[in-house]
Order: sequence, then structure tokens, then C-alpha cells
Amino acid sequence: MNILTISGSPHLHGDNSTKKIMYGVVVALLPAMFIAIWYFGLGALQVIVLSVVFCLFFEWVIQKYLVKGPVTITDGSAMVTGILLAFNVPSNLPWWMVIIGALAAIGIGKMSFGGLGKNIFNPALVSRVFLLVSFPVAMTSWPKPSPVTKTLVDTITGPTPLGFIKEGLGAGKSLAELSQHLPSYAQQLMGQMGGSLGEVSALALILGGIFMLWKKIITWEIPVSVLVTVFVFSGILWWINPQHYTDPFFNLLSGGVMLGAIFMATDMVTSPMTRNGQLLFGFGIGLITMLIRVWGAYPEGVSFAILLMNAVVPLINNSFKPKRFGSARVAVMGK
Amino acid sequence: MGLLKTFVLGGIHPPENKLSANSPVRILEIPPQVVVPMGQNLGAPSKPVVKRGDKVKTGQLIAQASGFISSDVHSPVSGTILKIDSVMDMSGYRRPAFIIKVEGDEWMENIDRSETLITDINLNPEEIIAKVKEAGIVGMGGATFPTHVKLMISPGKKADYLIINGVECEPYLTADHQLMLEKGPEIIVGTKILMKALNVKQAVIGIENNKPDAIELMSALAVREEGITVQPLQVKYPQGGEKQLIKAITNREVPSGKLPVEVGCVVQNVGTAFAVYEAVTKNKPLIERVVTVTGKALKNPSNLKVRIGTPIKNLVEMAGGMPDDTGKIIGGGPMMGKALATLDVPVVKGTSGILIMRDEASHRLAEGPCIRCSKCTQVCPMGLEPFLLSRLARIGNYSSAEQEKVMDCIECGSCQYTCPANIPLLDYLRLGKSKVGAMIRGRTKK
Repeated sequence: MNILTISGSPHLHGDNSTKKIMYGVVVALLPAMFIAIWYFGLGALQVIVLSVVFCLFFEWVIQKYLVKGPVTITDGSAMVTGILLAFNVPSNLPWWMVIIGALAAIGIGKMSFGGLGKNIFNPALVSRVFLLVSFPVAMTSWPKPSPVTKTLVDTITGPTPLGFIKEGLGAGKSLAELSQHLPSYAQQLMGQMGGSLGEVSALALILGGIFMLWKKIITWEIPVSVLVTVFVFSGILWWINPQHYTDPFFNLLSGGVMLGAIFMATDMVTSPMTRNGQLLFGFGIGLITMLIRVWGAYPEGVSFAILLMNAVVPLINNSFKPKRFGSARVAVMGK
Repeated sequence: MGLLKTFVLGGIHPPENKLSANSPVRILEIPPQVVVPMGQNLGAPSKPVVKRGDKVKTGQLIAQASGFISSDVHSPVSGTILKIDSVMDMSGYRRPAFIIKVEGDEWMENIDRSETLITDINLNPEEIIAKVKEAGIVGMGGATFPTHVKLMISPGKKADYLIINGVECEPYLTADHQLMLEKGPEIIVGTKILMKALNVKQAVIGIENNKPDAIELMSALAVREEGITVQPLQVKYPQGGEKQLIKAITNREVPSGKLPVEVGCVVQNVGTAFAVYEAVTKNKPLIERVVTVTGKALKNPSNLKVRIGTPIKNLVEMAGGMPDDTGKIIGGGPMMGKALATLDVPVVKGTSGILIMRDEASHRLAEGPCIRCSKCTQVCPMGLEPFLLSRLARIGNYSSAEQEKVMDCIECGSCQYTCPANIPLLDYLRLGKSKVGAMIRGRTKK
């Protein structure tokens, strides 16, 4: 007979694990990855592979030689960060910028806080903003999507729909005039428009979101509250002045809203723990996104919105407690 | 079938693994020697009333309650008291116990050993409570709170619901299920006795939907009785917890830090109801009980009727013997039971099951960092934040742990079961509870 194990209850454990969650997210990202490669060709593939490989590499180097602790690169979290970082940059980003991005994501965004679970900000977004500030031109020249071209680097670039509108309005053009050059809703759903390589296809992202909901990796609160806030806020502006403000569907389908709402804001580590907290968090992201889009200097504000809301998560967690059992003040005596 | 009732907050659904379901209760032979601990109830241990060398009969009082929350202990066998000594019990601590050499099986003359169903109860509430006290009955679901104390409603409070707990939400355990199938009429009479003692008009027997045969049988018996109903419940752990069961059945919420009677409810286990029936109608003290002996590697998972004090070794023998790759032996169910260090500990009043686990299933997985997934918060049936409480306990911030309601934790283990990072959340919650408990006691002393 073996030596008997003594430990406190419970003596059972569910089949949930950090690894399962992380690789579940990877699976959920596959449809959008497929679309990215379909529209942006080998350039997209190169960025994704580089980003993932170097995120894993930097995590390994830091854990082994700097922290000198256990190496946990197989837990899937660095891979998720790598894919999400790639999804947040243009498909023609030079290879060395991708590597710098991977270092910023893992080194600054994650490991400097103490590694998995301890970071305050979403590592992929920390890196995206780092790159955007460091290399503003490279980070805002978007290859045009074309399912035919399979060249390594697309030469034809153009603005994102959001950038196009913002620039056009700034130059005094009317929205009606600009709208003729915008992609249709169907093209936006499929992802046939300029943008970061993983953000373009709303349909693929929603598919991934449904998968994560089904696998109970995420709950509905954050994505729904972000999307509803964006929809309502832009809807009100559009209703007031449709000549000047884009319609709510356009706002949902363009830019990083879908990617942000479904994959970036739902990052467990950097989002609130309770339902009401998550709803407030999502509302804040939607609101800040729209404020930046409409009145800010940048055409798109999802990354900044999520990072800003990440910063107040501890505050939200302190203020929004779950409903305690038996907290009702009056005991109900039935008749 | 529409949506069945259940409690609202949290909960999990571990694999049920009711291996011994529908295996009829077999009677285990009386061993040559029994070990009967004096403290078999929650509260103060009992005081011995016999001494070394005394001859005792089956059912004879051998230790008396010592204090308000305490209960009597009776000899489960006839024979000679070999000695009174400290013996290791399921808690792993050495505690005072009687070691009795078995000689024959001579029962006390006042105990009615017949199987005849007695349904007429001509006692008043005080007399019933006295009988329950004399029989040394404690909560048989595992908490072992003295039953007679639960039946004495403190002045100013009133109960209007008796809830009979036939939930058995722990995976693997089937003792209560089988007892309902075999002793349904007796449980109904026991329920009526308890209703009379509490002076309540309504009793609800709560049974989870994974025991359709028990629901059917108990419903058929209950329709003949006034005020007794059976409530089928959706399968969800920890529905057998008092507060969760009350919420599921009556939608009332026991306030934090209060007893169920605060919302007019008293909960008793089906095993307790059966013991009350035997005590009141047959004068039989609590000296035997049904124990589930189970495990995936066990040859013959069984429900056994055993005398208190029988070494669990004998139970495991009866169920096919100890499998070779045993890694853990659990007294109770897998979610709330205690891991045992040896098979030489005796069955006590609160032993609902013995679970043998394979070595491969006995070890905890390596702990990883908390990824703040909030699964623990989602499954906590008390609406607590286990990730936060465990961290507060880990860093020794017990005053914050108290503010965050660590004392409300019912130790169901749902948080730890669901944690993807394998963090031993409940270990730390228990630490927090014990430290905060000591803090509170220190304050009330001043």
C-alpha cells in the first residue's frame, strides 16, 4: 500500500486549469487569425509568428535568467499575449518593430509587475501603445486587404475607415461625401477594410467570443456593456446630427471595438471580479472610446480606453462586492 | 418538467459518482472490540458514567452530556469496559474513548428491537425532546450538532417550517438515499415527531433530482400525511448546506451569523429523523448508523449498517478490502470529508461515508498564480470572495478578513474545486476563520 495522503478538503478538483483557459482563448482567436491571413497574406502570418515566438522567448529569458524562478512559458498566457499583440498592429509592421513590441508586452507589460496574474495593464495593449507612440508612422499605415495578393509585404496602404472619416471631417468634407468611399456593412463584418490585422472581421471575432462564452472562459458582462455603450453613445450623436456623426453600426464594426470588447477587455487578470464591477468597467471603456473617437486627437481610442479602465480595476474591486448571502437586513418571516 | 428549485448564489456540479446507489443496506458483523469516543458531538465532550471493568449492555448509557451543547453516549455493544484511554479519532487527534470488549449482544430491556412500525405518538413536545436527548442523537449529516438542542427553540423565536434534508449533495455518498428507500415510513413518522416537538404545521423533505426513486417513494408516503410535502431539487452542490437548503425550499435567507430559526426554519437530516423515530417509539439510543463505503477502486461499494465504534478497517473489508493503489482514505464525502491517517479509527455518530481514493487522484496539483478569473467568487454559495479572503489570511490581515465576512464561509470547498490555478483557497479560509474566531472570542471576553 502507498503512503496515505493527508490534506484538507475538498478532495476533488474540477477539470479547469489555467492552461485550458489560455489555450481556449487561442482556439477562440483562430477564426480572426484565418481572416487576417486571408486578407493580409503572408505579412500577417509573419507578424503573428514573430510576435508569438518572441513573446515566448522573452518570457523564457526573463524567467530563467532575470527572475531565476520557474519557467512557465507552456501555460499559454505568453502565446495569448503574442497573438493579441499581433492582432493589434498593421500586417506590414517591420519585423524588428514586432520584436520590440514583444519585449514591451512581456518585459514591461507583464514580467515587470511579477508575471502572470500580477500585471495591472493588458500586456498586449501596453505594447501597442508603446509602439504607437514610438513608431507613429509605421503603426498607422494600413495595408489594403486583398484576398488575392499573397506577397510578403503589401505595398498599397490606406487609412482605416475611422482614420479616413476623422481626416476627411477635419479637412471640411461632408460625411455624405466621405461615406461613399467607406466599406459596406457586409465588408466590415467580413473584415475587408484597413486596420490592425486581427481587428477587421467582426464576424470572426464574434465567433471566437461565442466559443469563449460556451467554454465559460468569459462572461457576457464586459463585451456586452462595451458594445452597448458604444452603440448607444454613437447612436445618440448620430440621431442629433447624422450629417456630422457616423452611425452606430459603423462605430461597432470599425476599428478595434470588437477585438477590444471580446478579447482585450475580457482579460481576466486586468478586469474586475464582480458582475456589477464588470458592467461599470465595460461602460467606462465604451464611453472613453467614443470620447476619443469623437473629440480626441486619435481616430481610434479602444486601447487607451481599456488601459485607463485597467488602472481603476482595483478601485472597482474595492467598491463592488458580490451580493453576500444573508445580507438582507430584514429577515423574511413567511405566513 | 419545469425548472426545479435550487439555491441562487454560486454552487458547482462535481461528478456524482454514486457508485453504491441502490445497493441495499447490509448489516456489518459486530467486531470483537469497539472504540467509542466520548466527544462525538459538536460542543462539549461527554463525561463517563461507567468505569474500567464495568459490564455494559447494548444501549446502556456510558457517558453523559456535560453542558448545554453536548449529548449522551451509549454503549453500542454488550461486554466489558477494557479501559478508558486516549485514542486517535477521525480528526487525527487523540481523544478520550471507551474501549469495550464485546461479549454477546445483550440489549437493554427497555429497547424495542422489533421492526413493527409504530405511528401513534402520545408524547408532548417536552417529552419528545427529553427522549431525543436521552438517546444521544446528533445531526447525522456530519455536523453532529446535538439534535435536542436544535429542537429547543429559544424564547421569542418561532419555527414554522421543518425541513428534512434528504439532499445528500456530496458526491459518492448514498447512505441517506438508501435509508429513504428502505425506511421511508419510519422517516415520515420521525418527521411527524419532529414537527410535534417543534410545534410546526409544515414539513418539507428536500431531495435532489438524481434520486427519482426516493422522491417518488417519499412523495407517495407524504401525500397521506397532513403538512408533509416532498420538494424535488435541481442537483447542485452544496445544496445540503442548511442555509442553501432553506433558500432553495423557502426562498428565505438566514442572516449572516444567525441560526436558521431566525427565518422560522429548523433543518434535520433524514438519518436524524430516522434516529428520532427509533428513539421515541422504540427507546433505542443512537448506537448504529448507515455508512457508505465507496471508491472507484473498491470491489464492492456498499451501504453498511454498523455499530458505532467499529473500526473502519472492518467496513472496508466488507466492501471488498483495501485496493492496492489506495492513496487517500476520507471520512465523509470528497468535498467536506477528512483525510484519515489510518484505518484504525472508529465509526462515530457523524460518519456518513468512507471514501477510498486511488493514489493518482489523491494528490493536489501544483499551485499556480491567481489569474483573477473570479471563478471562486462566481461559485461561492455565500457570496464571498475566496481569492481575496485567502490572500488576506496568507498575509495575516485578519481584521480585513473579518470585514469581508470570512466567518460566513461554510467550508464547502466549491472555490478550491473550481480554481484553475489549483490554489488551496479553503486551507487559507480555514486559517482565516480560526484566527478571526479567536479574535472575536477575545473581544467578547473583555
